[in-house]
Amino acid sequence: MFDLTPEEWTAVQLSLRIALVATLVTLPFGIAVAWLLARKNFWGKALLDGLVHLPLVLPPVVTGYLLLIWFGRKGPIGAFLDDYFGIVFSFRWTGAALACGVMAFPLLVRAIRLSFEAIDRRLEDAASTLGANGFWVFLTVTLPLALPGVIAGMVLSFAKALGEFGATITFVSNIPGETQTISAAIYTLTQVPGGDAAALRLVVVAIAIALVALIASEWFARRAGTRYHGE
Amino acid sequence: MLAVDVEKRLGEFQIAAKFETTGGAAALFGASGAGKTSIVNMIAGLVTPDRGRIALDDNVLFDSAARVNVPAHRRRIGYVFQEGRLFPHLTVAQNLDYGRWMSGLPPDPAEHERIVSLLDIGALLPRRPGRLSGGERQRVAFGRALLMKPRLLLLDEPLASLDRPRKLEILPYLARLRDEAEVPMIYVSHQAGEILRLASQVIRIEDGRVQAAGGLELLDVDGAH
Repeated sequence: MFDLTPEEWTAVQLSLRIALVATLVTLPFGIAVAWLLARKNFWGKALLDGLVHLPLVLPPVVTGYLLLIWFGRKGPIGAFLDDYFGIVFSFRWTGAALACGVMAFPLLVRAIRLSFEAIDRRLEDAASTLGANGFWVFLTVTLPLALPGVIAGMVLSFAKALGEFGATITFVSNIPGETQTISAAIYTLTQVPGGDAAALRLVVVAIAIALVALIASEWFARRAGTRYHGE
Repeated sequence: MLAVDVEKRLGEFQIAAKFETTGGAAALFGASGAGKTSIVNMIAGLVTPDRGRIALDDNVLFDSAARVNVPAHRRRIGYVFQEGRLFPHLTVAQNLDYGRWMSGLPPDPAEHERIVSLLDIGALLPRRPGRLSGGERQRVAFGRALLMKPRLLLLDEPLASLDRPRKLEILPYLARLRDEAEVPMIYVSHQAGEILRLASQVIRIEDGRVQAAGGLELLDVDGAH
């Protein structure tokens, strides 16, 4: 029963690829925004904070539709990226990654921001008296100390991206082999007669991936934690 | 020689301090809350004065009139904090090397060896700060500040977080530092006993102001503790 058909395999691989790309590509932006929100006071900070969190509270279909309007082939940003960089989002797996990245972004930023705020700023002062400028303080003190939070944020983001459904299906539809993720495949299977066994197989796969991700993140976070307090 | 003349308002508290040190070891002496740490932070560049001037030898570090404010990372002033502030994610050896890396100094194994043996921290090198005792941590902090080859060393109550036996353990190292490291020191403390052993010049701070400056005779004035 647990032999996946080639189509199911494709959906699993596609899901993993989309979630991984979404997490890795949004990570630098997530770190930058989290740092701005944790450390800087600037005009429009509340607005940025609100924008970042919007996908968390908007109906996913709304987010997907906004992406379709802006990042579709004829949308202002989508047309620009297509003309100058040859990057196309609509009805491609890259679009699914974009939708997942946007939906997971608030979770990524929250986790990293919290860990930035928890860092003892006096260690950063110590680094600057030792000759480190702002950039090096960030790279050698702030970021390594925030590592457990960064990892937690990445796992949350990855898990969210794996499970994303509404925004993705609205933006890039449900095309087998291109944009059909595990979630979309399960949904499709439950809509056809006799799809239950296949749906169940994918459900088990989804649970297994989620568990592995959680255990891995615990392990990484604990390792990072003991490094600071033990040897 | 260090020349300080700074003003800074911190909420209700007003600091207005003017003094000069003559090199060697000078002590900033006064009760807790007198503003000693704020003054030292201004010298290090961690706090910006509202007005005034700070100069180390002929090098102006801060001058509000001339709009000069050298950032902390370019002042080359070693700072030993009350709580050590070692980097918990780096080993002792990496903590010691940090200032050299960040200041872009070439390796100097002879100096490294000299400071490590002066402070007796050779056995601690592979460990992380989380596994050190309070006294060991402070010794590493001295080493870290010295190995960046500072032009001035600021010691802000470096013994305050230690119990009495640990203090007695560290004091001789501090005396050796003063005699052998050849770096001018500013030693901040509210303990007359420590200052008596280490400093030759005393600047008494009270309520954010320099109340008196002179020799060790200033220590046994009433209200000093």
